[in-house]
Amino acid sequence: MANKRKFQENFVQNMLKNHKGDSDRPCRFTAREITSLLDIFMKFTQGCSNKHRLERVRFRDELHKSFQITDDFLMDRIFRAFDKGSKGYLKPEDFVCGLSCLLVGTLNDQMKYCFQVYDLNSDGYISREEMFHLLKSTLVKQSTEEDPDEGVKDLVETALKKLDCDHDGRVSFPDFQQAVRQDALMLECLGNCLPNQVAKKEFLQIVRGETEKRY
Amino acid sequence: MGQTLQRAAQWTTATDGHSGKLEFSSLNEDLLNTVLNFAEGPSGKSPEEGKLVFKKPLTWTTALKPSAFSGSGYIEKGTSVVSEATSPKDACPLLELSGNKLSVLSLEQAENVLRVAGDRKMVELRACLEENKDPVANMLGDRFATVDGADNSIFRYHEEITKEIELLSKQSDESEEKKRELEEKKLVLSLRLKLLRLDEHMLNASIIKITNDVRLNPKIVDGEVTVLKQVSGEDNNRYALQFINYFGENYVYQNGCRAQPWRQLNGDICYLVIKCFDVDHPLYVTANTSGYYLNKGPSKEKSGQLEYERPDSDTYRELVTMIKAKSPHFAEMISKQEIQDVFTKAGFRTGLEDCHLAHWRRHAWAHKSDRKPTKKASNIHETRSRSTKTPLAEQEDHFSESSTESEEEEEAIERRPEANADLPSEYWQIQKLVKYLKGGNQTATIIALCSLRDFNLTQETCQLAIRDVGGLEVLINLLDTDEVKCKIGALKILKEISRNTQIRRAIADLGGLQTMVKILRDQDKDLKCLAAETIANVAKFRRARRTVRQHGGIKRLVHLLDCVKLNSTVMTPEMEMSVEVARCGALALWSCSKSKKNKEAMRKAGAIPLLAKLLKSEHENMLIPVVGTLQECASEPSYGLAIRTEGMIEDLVKNLKSSNQELQMHCAAAIFKCAEEKETRDLVRQYGGLDPLVGLLSSGTDDKQLLAAATGAIWKCSISPENVQRFQELKAIDMLVGLLHNQPEEVLVNVVGALGELAKDPPNRMAIRKAGGISPLVNLLTGTNQALLVNVTRAVGQCAEEPDNMIIIDKLDGVRLLWSLLKNQNRDVQASAAWAICPCIENAKDAGEMVRSFVGGLELIVSLLKSEDKEVLAAVCAAIANIAKDEENLAVITDHGVVPMLAKLTHTTDDKLRRHLAEAIARCCNWGNNRISFGKERAVAPLVRYLKSKDENVHRSTARALFQLSKNPENCITMHEAGVVKPLIKMVGSRDEDLQESSAGCIGNIRRLALANEKARYS
Repeated sequence: MANKRKFQENFVQNMLKNHKGDSDRPCRFTAREITSLLDIFMKFTQGCSNKHRLERVRFRDELHKSFQITDDFLMDRIFRAFDKGSKGYLKPEDFVCGLSCLLVGTLNDQMKYCFQVYDLNSDGYISREEMFHLLKSTLVKQSTEEDPDEGVKDLVETALKKLDCDHDGRVSFPDFQQAVRQDALMLECLGNCLPNQVAKKEFLQIVRGETEKRY
Repeated sequence: MGQTLQRAAQWTTATDGHSGKLEFSSLNEDLLNTVLNFAEGPSGKSPEEGKLVFKKPLTWTTALKPSAFSGSGYIEKGTSVVSEATSPKDACPLLELSGNKLSVLSLEQAENVLRVAGDRKMVELRACLEENKDPVANMLGDRFATVDGADNSIFRYHEEITKEIELLSKQSDESEEKKRELEEKKLVLSLRLKLLRLDEHMLNASIIKITNDVRLNPKIVDGEVTVLKQVSGEDNNRYALQFINYFGENYVYQNGCRAQPWRQLNGDICYLVIKCFDVDHPLYVTANTSGYYLNKGPSKEKSGQLEYERPDSDTYRELVTMIKAKSPHFAEMISKQEIQDVFTKAGFRTGLEDCHLAHWRRHAWAHKSDRKPTKKASNIHETRSRSTKTPLAEQEDHFSESSTESEEEEEAIERRPEANADLPSEYWQIQKLVKYLKGGNQTATIIALCSLRDFNLTQETCQLAIRDVGGLEVLINLLDTDEVKCKIGALKILKEISRNTQIRRAIADLGGLQTMVKILRDQDKDLKCLAAETIANVAKFRRARRTVRQHGGIKRLVHLLDCVKLNSTVMTPEMEMSVEVARCGALALWSCSKSKKNKEAMRKAGAIPLLAKLLKSEHENMLIPVVGTLQECASEPSYGLAIRTEGMIEDLVKNLKSSNQELQMHCAAAIFKCAEEKETRDLVRQYGGLDPLVGLLSSGTDDKQLLAAATGAIWKCSISPENVQRFQELKAIDMLVGLLHNQPEEVLVNVVGALGELAKDPPNRMAIRKAGGISPLVNLLTGTNQALLVNVTRAVGQCAEEPDNMIIIDKLDGVRLLWSLLKNQNRDVQASAAWAICPCIENAKDAGEMVRSFVGGLELIVSLLKSEDKEVLAAVCAAIANIAKDEENLAVITDHGVVPMLAKLTHTTDDKLRRHLAEAIARCCNWGNNRISFGKERAVAPLVRYLKSKDENVHRSTARALFQLSKNPENCITMHEAGVVKPLIKMVGSRDEDLQESSAGCIGNIRRLALANEKARYS
């Protein structure tokens, strides 16, 4: 028990330090929130062999339940964005930092995160092919059309026109930033990967202990 | 089959120029099927009969394409198709299709048509029967036309044939032709008989069907309830009913009834509970085999039981009719397109087959999930019918509008590009994006919305393109979703394109306002802002404003005004956001406040204190909508008072000094409208508002609206003498006179009004002359604007009080111009001109000569005594009193019959009129027999009553008139009888010398008469 408490304290201290430092994965939660999130994390991993490892499937379940994010492919992308170092599982740090971005992140945090989600091969650019992959299921297929992908290709071009500010045929992070600053709606233009306002509020209330605990 | 079609088939009533249609009922369906079987099948027809050529073709509008008739037997001729087979007599083709008109001349061809039509043969047959109400007459000739009463045509025909056969047998060798003719006649007869059999068969079948329907059965009830359930829901904009349910246990007996067996003995089928939106308590209905009727609802003693007694004796055949009678909302809703569709498809009146029900259910479902196309269709229909109806429909709301909306577009001109005209490339791009909106998920929608905004949405081509490709419907439907981002994106577009008048109307037609009003209560402040701004744009026309009010939008908009703190030194982003929400709310209210009822609704929702708070803001973009709203509302007396008591005058005055012309304009306009009250005028002065008002005139601005508002404010403020003083110091007169040249009428009205008020102070009259104002004023007398004329005549009249001014007016022939204005239609102008004439006559040299020089002038002014307007009468009396000072003129007006006309007016109770009337009578007594005439016209006794008035002015002129009249002994007697002496004696004690003198003179005359009388008696 003491061991556990010590771990908890250490963890919170580390996370808070992280907040101050200018790391690329800032944590913007308060100490209390971090503790509460750690509890939630532990509950997620209950029954698993390693209590400090949140497996992909479990994580996806929770993502679905809490934030109504339904697209399988995007859920995987989100997991990868959370999973620093591509370990294949989430450590408590990953979990807390990821949620910090989702729930209380600044626009900058969220832009970075979304870009990471959309950049499928992590080469720093979102290419046409990546966009096609992300958008291919967004349109209702019309059987009458000769090429069913035609609509999606058109949509990719439309989106690229909005995003590709330097006209080099691919979207770099500065491109993406510029487009989002022009129009905040563009943040999630390639797929829903952030919780909506209502879900965000509900989850934060749980974390801050303002409502009955669900976990 | 003529009889059946005429009697049994159910026709819709003929409307808007169309003949009736066959209703979509199962009875008709059965009839059609029977006819179809007859026409198609080999049910006893011989090939000869099939080839028989009709007397007249059966012609109807078809949906079949010429291409359908390809193949042997038909020849294509351009767009039309004819059959190879022709009638033997006149070589007319037996089938002809040109355009969408199809003519058929034989049963065989008709059969062909049905075969070609395939699964649409029912539609063709229906069209054929609808357009040929008596097909038999067409086929076999008019002699077989369906008639009411006994039909002997067959017997006669039969006789004819028999006779001919006999004839033929006698002269057998006569002719081949006769024989053929006879053969044909036989054919006709047999066909006729077969048709008759069909007719009979169908009539019998339909009688069985109809008798089935006479009494309700569980199936019908269930059918009606199912359909009504489809139109029930919580949203009273979309649904006709709140809910409809069976009452009691859910057990259904084998016979389909739900009522308990012992109640079934009474014929009860089941019990229903129905909640309408506009009826407070739910309706409890018994469905009995005899019909639907109300019961007394759940029993108080036994739970779960009903009181079966009927509160009234009304029984209804249909549930819909019953609810219609109980709930106006339901009646209104079921006339709507969507719901109507559910109903018509349900073929409500008749028995409801299960398979049909399933179909209807599917149909209703399709409606809900696919609202876009239906909505559009119904709206096109709506707009069309509206264009003819508008004048009437909107007239009712006409009087609730304030005068300020003359500039608004009520008639938006519909400009659609020609179908063939080259469409700009934007059109196709927009069409593509709208396609994504329609067929994409949230992500695709967001990309499309963002891309749409990259177009120049202020450009009309883009605005209309969005509408024409059906984008408006989708955008408005998006507002109904739960996706905040989509809603924001859609509203951002709607906000831009709603600057276009046609788009505004389209948005209102599509029900966008209702949804936006709902959004005003959303949590998200961005959304609220955008919705309010869009409403501000859309609510620029009357119907939209009414819609906003009727859906509770005013209240919600007023709530938006309530923001925490305005000018705090530290503004968090959140506070700024709430200020922004308030600004958008004010913008929307500004648009809405052009309707009178909306002003009232705003006041009731507590808008005034909130506006007062926002008026303290320092930002122009907040102040302009707030002051704009205030000035719009200030025309209402309740607002005028509230604006003063809430201390808003100070802020209005402060903002007069703003550097923004629009803001200055609205402030000045608000003061203009409020300054009808004395307290307000004083406040404007106390807060130093007069200086900036005059300052606005000297700023040399070209903004006519600003000038009009500023001069209007000066006009109203100068009603108070203290303000006149200040204006004098500020040399307002010079500036106002300067504005008499080259200004639009709305400015001139106010400038002249202000000069008229200022000229009440004698020094100002001179100032006007010195500034050279007299001549432009007199020139304005030739205008036509009535508001302007009222003010000009008043101003000229005030100026004429000064003899030096009068010289100039006379030189400019101003009096003649004033006189001609007596002929104006407007009573205000008439009165004002007559008042102005008074000082002119008083102060002009040779006034009598001048007046006589106006040809027909005296007759004109006397004839105005017939007016019904008290103000006109008073003014004319005053003018006549002045005219009568000249003896010759008095003689002329006496000839024109002024005496009886004046006498007729003496019964008035209006003090102003009394005063001038008495004055006129006094003056008119100075000629000939006028005193006696007044006596004869019974003018004396009413005059005596004037002495009881409380107005001293009335006393003075009345005493003068009585003194004049008392010079005639008859009048003295009348006066004495009317009890004149006592009040006159009181008036002798008055401080007013004039009054003293006339009263004493009158008493003296009466007394002298008495003395003379006594003398006569004793001598």
